[in-house]
Amino acid sequence: MSILLYRIDDRLIHGQVVVGWGQPLNIRLLILVDDLVAASDWEKELYKMAVPPDVEVRFVDVPTAIRDHAKYAADPRPGLVLTGDITSMYRLVTGVKAIGSVNLGGIHHRAGRSEKLRYIYLTPDEEGQLKALEAAGVEVTAQDVPSARAVPLPEVLEGATR
Amino acid sequence: MNEQSGGGPDKARAIVVGHGEFAGGLVSAVGQICGMADKLVVLSMMGMTPEDIEGTIRNQLERTGARVIFTDLPAGSATIAARRIVKDTPGLVLVSGVNLATLLDFVFSTDVSPTDAARAAAERGKASLIVVGR
Repeated sequence: MSILLYRIDDRLIHGQVVVGWGQPLNIRLLILVDDLVAASDWEKELYKMAVPPDVEVRFVDVPTAIRDHAKYAADPRPGLVLTGDITSMYRLVTGVKAIGSVNLGGIHHRAGRSEKLRYIYLTPDEEGQLKALEAAGVEVTAQDVPSARAVPLPEVLEGATR
Repeated sequence: MNEQSGGGPDKARAIVVGHGEFAGGLVSAVGQICGMADKLVVLSMMGMTPEDIEGTIRNQLERTGARVIFTDLPAGSATIAARRIVKDTPGLVLVSGVNLATLLDFVFSTDVSPTDAARAAAERGKASLIVVGR
């Protein structure tokens, strides 16, 4: 088994992640890649309590995730790698160079972002990072829950499925 | 985040927040059963950033004076936000995993403080989960 999903979700560990994806994929290893959370014992405890007891969660910053990615991929348990923002995932993917696909799970509205899908809002810089990932051969799709259609990045950027 | 509640600010004793229409449905059921939905403020967190969820809950707590937050899922983003608020707000209680039995017990417990009522209601809610059949 290996890492089954690389997801960007600004809510980090929450219902869609641990239940919506975690249960059907039988996730047993969750890697939360977030520099701020990794640096705070309180934040780690906060999110640890949101994880089912049969799932191991590790909190790491981006450099650590790049360094240890091969270990995560070799772990026999089904795994999920999660970042809270596009920049962190972009840094991870470009640092590892062995990640084939990225799931956009939830990037919500804030100043400077425009709506692409109901659950995806992007700034021009974020759009550029996602385009760069695709140009590097990484498949980028938006899909909040497993039962939804995986929307390819070009469609996301057009906002065609609002 | 949308507020749907019945009750004025001086009547609300708790905020109910959850995924989808969960909170509105639950409070609607409270109103149908006992007509006391005005004790509860409903919030839906659809389409919100974590910061917006937290900010909206804080605003509603301040506006209504409510001292209790009910959320649906322990792993939910509303629960995460509420735990951040509880951390720096003395006298505030969070109950996650709320169900109808919990809310009904809570709204009827008017002779004790809202936080004491919430603790007792949580026990009633746990006891209401039963399994029948083989």
